Amino acid sequence: MAKITLKNIRHSYLPNPQSEDDYALKEVDLSWDDGGAYALLGPSGCGKTTLLNIISGLLIPSEGELLFDDRNVTRMEPDERNIAQVFQFPVVYDTMSVEDNLAFPLRNRGVSESVVKQRVSEIAAMLELDDVMQQKAAGLSPDNKQKISLGRGLVRDDVNVVMFDEPLTVIDPHLKWKLRSKLKELHQKVQRTMIYVTHDQTEALTFADRVVVMQFGQILQVGTPQELFECPAHTFVGHFIGSPGMNIVPCRVQGGEVLLDGFKVAVANSPKAATSSNTEIGVRPEFVRLADQGLQVDVVNVMDIGRNKVVETRLGQHKISVLVPEGKAVPQGTVYLEFDSDNTRLYDNGWLVE
Amino acid sequence: MAIELQDVFKRVGAETYIYDTSLTFAEEGFNVLLGATNAGKTTLMKLMAGLEKPNRGKVLFKGVDITKQTPQQRNISFVHQFFVNYPHLTVYDNIASPLKVARMSATEIKKRVQEAADLLQLGPMLDRRPHELSGGQQQRTALARAIVKDSQAVFLDEPLANLDYKLREELRAQLPQLLADRGATVVYATSEPMEALMLGGHTCTLLEGRVTQFGITSELYRQPRNLNTAEVFSDPPLNTAKAVKAGGLIKLSDRVSWPAEGNAQALPDGEYTLGVRPHYIKPTRENSHDVALEGVVQITDLSGSESVAHFNMENQSWVSQSDGVFPFEVGSNQRFYLDASQCFYFGQDGQLAG
Amino acid sequence: MKTVNQKAWFLVLPVLVLVAFNALIPLMTVVNYSVQETFGNNLFFWHGVGWFEDILHSDRFHAALGRQLAFTATILIIEVPLGVAIALTMPRSGPWVSVCLVLMALPLLIPWNVVGSMWNIFTLPDIGLLGYTLNSMGIEYNMTQSPTAAWVTLIMMDVWHWTSLVVLLAYAGLISIPDAYYQAAKIDGASKWSVFRHIQLPKMKKVLTIAILLRFMDSFMIYTEPFVLTGGGPGNSTTLLSIDLVKVALGQFDLGPAAAMSLIYFVITLLVSWVFYTAMTKDDKS
Repeated sequence: MAKITLKNIRHSYLPNPQSEDDYALKEVDLSWDDGGAYALLGPSGCGKTTLLNIISGLLIPSEGELLFDDRNVTRMEPDERNIAQVFQFPVVYDTMSVEDNLAFPLRNRGVSESVVKQRVSEIAAMLELDDVMQQKAAGLSPDNKQKISLGRGLVRDDVNVVMFDEPLTVIDPHLKWKLRSKLKELHQKVQRTMIYVTHDQTEALTFADRVVVMQFGQILQVGTPQELFECPAHTFVGHFIGSPGMNIVPCRVQGGEVLLDGFKVAVANSPKAATSSNTEIGVRPEFVRLADQGLQVDVVNVMDIGRNKVVETRLGQHKISVLVPEGKAVPQGTVYLEFDSDNTRLYDNGWLVE
Repeated sequence: MAIELQDVFKRVGAETYIYDTSLTFAEEGFNVLLGATNAGKTTLMKLMAGLEKPNRGKVLFKGVDITKQTPQQRNISFVHQFFVNYPHLTVYDNIASPLKVARMSATEIKKRVQEAADLLQLGPMLDRRPHELSGGQQQRTALARAIVKDSQAVFLDEPLANLDYKLREELRAQLPQLLADRGATVVYATSEPMEALMLGGHTCTLLEGRVTQFGITSELYRQPRNLNTAEVFSDPPLNTAKAVKAGGLIKLSDRVSWPAEGNAQALPDGEYTLGVRPHYIKPTRENSHDVALEGVVQITDLSGSESVAHFNMENQSWVSQSDGVFPFEVGSNQRFYLDASQCFYFGQDGQLAG
Repeated sequence: MKTVNQKAWFLVLPVLVLVAFNALIPLMTVVNYSVQETFGNNLFFWHGVGWFEDILHSDRFHAALGRQLAFTATILIIEVPLGVAIALTMPRSGPWVSVCLVLMALPLLIPWNVVGSMWNIFTLPDIGLLGYTLNSMGIEYNMTQSPTAAWVTLIMMDVWHWTSLVVLLAYAGLISIPDAYYQAAKIDGASKWSVFRHIQLPKMKKVLTIAILLRFMDSFMIYTEPFVLTGGGPGNSTTLLSIDLVKVALGQFDLGPAAAMSLIYFVITLLVSWVFYTAMTKDDKS
């Protein structure tokens, strides 16, 4: 168990990186508390797996340091770091029984057989694997195999951090739900530091206490799910988190006022600080209402998603989505929109205006 | 009446993949096959595409019996879950391949490929080969190949399952527009209830090789005729519990009961399975007829925009889903409110009673 | 899932006809010869199972079979572990992969009789590189005089010629193992031996089964190379089954005994292959 600190870490897969673009991972400065649940969230190629591999020791960063508590582990081998990892595709030792799989990391470290027995049965009970202990691991379903991978990490009591690399990729949707809850429950039980890497916002947001959102090898925002939802620091965070994502519409700032197609919009942050000409308004569909007056738009599409309806409207070339609760009627043609001013924000060159 | 299945039955060895099934798919809008892995979605599609032959029964396209025709004779397109492209051909040649097979003129091919590429935003990538593309671009290439020719039917077998979450959202919104007005019957398989809702059209829910219900998607969602349909078509999973109607009351237990009103009023006295979607159980009272449920919180999932809580009441697990952030402490006693007007009651045979 | 379509059988018909001409008819001819006695002039007399009895009781056959089994066992014991070991040291990616593969494939491309002549010349005590070197170092080495030298040369030649086949098959099995397995093993603190025992070996099992089977059958029926190398000598010391068979059939023109011997040979090969295969695939079925 340890606090994890990433100090000015940069990584490039090229031998002689010249410009900023050559880095797959740009300047990362983070620290994670012992026992927390964290997520790295971003689209494919955003650098999240690179960062994960640096922490697990499968990759040595070009620059910077990685500390577990005060110990510099940047150049240590994976097995010296006392970490555990669950991969995208289940990794089990096919020829061994489930029990031997779970005992494997302990036996490799020369733990006495009585301790092995006790730890393995404890973890098996937690993961509900008791019934299949004597079976060959090869014949199990993907979700049970993933549980074994996870179990191999949890049996060791010296593990500093458990990492998950998109662990639910091969799991059926209805089992995904169960396994996700199981992971959450396990974290609450064992209180180990866990890092979860995914492109799926639902998985990241429901699993983690704090989420790191990345794009192009850069960290855009670190925050609680609520912070990321309510106050995205970057338009990409707004777009990437939430389903549908945040509406982002170009606007003009004139004399301290924000104008959207000539219509004055009240925002929660200060328009005065915006300096570039590339300004946008960000407001989530949840915070837009259909009203009797306001911004005039045209309804182009209505999608029934069960609990809500997503009403897609157009303002010139730009799309604004509105979330309307189930059972509420949606008018056709021209409608008026009202933005919740506490949750409408101005962005300058993509970044939230402070 | 575009595609019709008449008493189709498919068995391989001792395993039955599709029990006697009769269905009629319309030409307008999407026909969604919804079910878990191994529910029979892919088999049903392969039977329609001619990639498999039924043991019994007929497949008709526009009234013509085509059961004995090969896939080549049927004029169809098929998009798989895994991106299938010709690795040695450029994107352009990949998209053009079905047209070349159909011996179309070079100018016509060029026009159509350009059109399809523009629709799917593949314009700048036409000279590249599949391995130089991202997963999303590869799948868009496969989709372009499917829409470029005038197929009678387009089969999409979980085409978005292997894509990033946000990309999936984008393509899911584009697909219905792409395939509208092409005169092709579209059949789309998915294991995700939300995807079925968003695509609209008609949905057919499948469970272990049997159709549980077929109809307009939103109707299927709101008025499932049986428990299986309600369970297949619910994400997060449907809450179910034993309920007894007696003396004008619906009783969950000795402590929890409420007056039978609305759809429950006409029910004969007896034992039922109550089914209610998680978003009708909320942490705050919203209607006067809401019923209080009290239980111990097991897990909480907070995504920033919504909260999902699993709680245990009298040895029965319930799930509540609500907008906003409700950080319940695990292990604490909490009160939730069930919207009694939104409950389904299923008889002993699993059929909807009220 | 499989679609049952009986018409498909017609498509294999040409192959069946071909196999009949290629294998069944010659085989039946051999069966026919094996139960008859001939003195030439196309005159045949019924001899029953006499030839079979003779051969099964003959010391000459026993000796040849013994040598054959010893040869096959020796080369399997050397080639399989050696092949796996070489495959393990080959790079998994990078420019050296193709260089290694070409190097490995080279011996396989050389015709059998050429391999025999090559090694024959290579080991000649007066002009051969190996033979001359060894003899000038004071080690007496002459294939034509010492049975030990003949055996050592024979086995070295087969190892040189055929280990690459095992290497290539094992390598194909190895590169199909996803990186995640190695990473997981590193994290689990597994030793190199554990990685080999629990990841690499199980994942190579299928291809190794094929490699062992191929090597068994090939080496059990080997003819050209030892014939060119030693001609079965000195004496009969390297006369393997196939060489003995040819001596009987063509050298002495004893068609009946040769046919009976061929059949016994065939049945032994079939039987041992079957035993090997069932033993090695037993785990998969359970």
